Amino acid sequence: MLEDVFRQEWGRVLATLVGFLGDIELAEDAAQDAFAAAAERWPRDGQPPNPIGWLITTGRNRAIDRIRRERAFADKAEHLARQLAEQAEESMDEITVFPDERLELIFTCCHPALSLDAQVALTLRTLGGLSTEEIARAFLVPFETMSKRLTRAKHKIRDAVIPFAVPSDELLPDRLDAVLAVVYLIFNQGWGEGRGDLAAEAIRLGRALVELMPDEPDPLALLALMLLNDSRRAARFRNDELVLFDEQDRSLWDRAQIDEGRELLRRAIALRGTGPYVVQAAIADLHLEEPRDWREIATLYGVLAQLTQSPVVEMNRAIALAEINGPEDALELIDQLPLDDYCYFHSTRADILRRLGRNTEARIAYGRALALTQSEPERRFLEGRMLELGTPVNTDWQELWTYTLNDLEQELEGGEEPTR
Amino acid sequence: MKYALLAYSRPEVDQRGEILPEITEALSRPEVKSWVRLQNAESATTVSSPGDGTLLTDGPFVDSKEYLGGLIVIEAADLDEALAIAADFQSLMRAFGVIEVRPILETG
Repeated sequence: MLEDVFRQEWGRVLATLVGFLGDIELAEDAAQDAFAAAAERWPRDGQPPNPIGWLITTGRNRAIDRIRRERAFADKAEHLARQLAEQAEESMDEITVFPDERLELIFTCCHPALSLDAQVALTLRTLGGLSTEEIARAFLVPFETMSKRLTRAKHKIRDAVIPFAVPSDELLPDRLDAVLAVVYLIFNQGWGEGRGDLAAEAIRLGRALVELMPDEPDPLALLALMLLNDSRRAARFRNDELVLFDEQDRSLWDRAQIDEGRELLRRAIALRGTGPYVVQAAIADLHLEEPRDWREIATLYGVLAQLTQSPVVEMNRAIALAEINGPEDALELIDQLPLDDYCYFHSTRADILRRLGRNTEARIAYGRALALTQSEPERRFLEGRMLELGTPVNTDWQELWTYTLNDLEQELEGGEEPTR
Repeated sequence: MKYALLAYSRPEVDQRGEILPEITEALSRPEVKSWVRLQNAESATTVSSPGDGTLLTDGPFVDSKEYLGGLIVIEAADLDEALAIAADFQSLMRAFGVIEVRPILETG
């Protein structure tokens, strides 16, 4: 229970402390002190009437103590501590009016002067309240690497004076795009891996953005997109095995989440949103209809391709076109795309080739996808597909793949389709 | 807060020509505290001490195609302001090269 409060309020408390102390590392220590004090006292004395105010005030006082204790730079610290203590006294009575500075903090963390990796890690740490260890695990990097990445980013923010502010109108569109990209990347990391915790974290961040910028269409659209995709979470896996869209049990889809997503999308469109997230949310919405309107879906992918110039979007348009015009046309379109390093490019190609009955090529393509996927459920799914196409059973997939590739290429050179 | 804008030039650009009038104008902005232009990289001598004595090497220390052609010190409230000024200079010398923005360490 207490943990839930902590997770909910960490970003809010930390942001105000950063605003007050002007340094993320200092604020993080202060917030940690405050939450530790709460964990000790609240179960004994009961939760205070204003938990956020209590946490911020406690964190602030601990920070002042901490600065006083740092004897190494005594004079400077004493000066700062006195200044902070004066400010603290001034506002001590106004416990309820602490400004919500999460927006300032998220724009700091997603500043384009930081690498994308650092932006993602810092956002999860500061606003999501994830521990360094949790973030390291989520992104499959060693703890040390993640810890260094976070420290380096915090030091750059301090040393280069990356502003703790909502950007000016002139900079806002680009900077907001960067923030949304970070949140969506976190969501997709959770989605591909089937990790509900990261997806839930991204949705939480998306909700905060909508709350803080209610009149911006793009955060609304991003939240709608995430909710609509995430609504299918429970149906995406059966006994840990990936279930394809068409085979999903629709009764497992989260109706409430779909309704909320649709309502958010409607609000985004009413605010004249026309950006990529609006189009993607509209596509996600169409996918949930039955039967699916493939013409409308293909049209919207066309619009999205124009907006993003992304070959991945072109690929999705081709998938929609395959439903309208048949797989032959789609394959021709897909084969022109420069996506050789992209797992889903190969699995999509494989699927279309399989539908065309070109099993040998389909097996090669599944193998390519298999070599590129990072997700365990996807790996098992692709292995299953290869087996269906008549690949011999073998537990060493790396070896099997090498074998299969050589074998199949020889068969292809021979010019005949192997029999199953 | 002071920042250094390190202007790196492409190898084919000759540093010693006249400064473009637009750049001269930009250098007289109030945010610009000081600036210097450097002679070509071939004129550099690098001093180091790998062993006991001092070693002199002909040429710049950083061996890259682009060379440090000049340095502008500016005053800015934060990184966003500094980056905006850097972008102005970069657009004026687009053909010449790139700008690295570094906060200046002020002690005391």
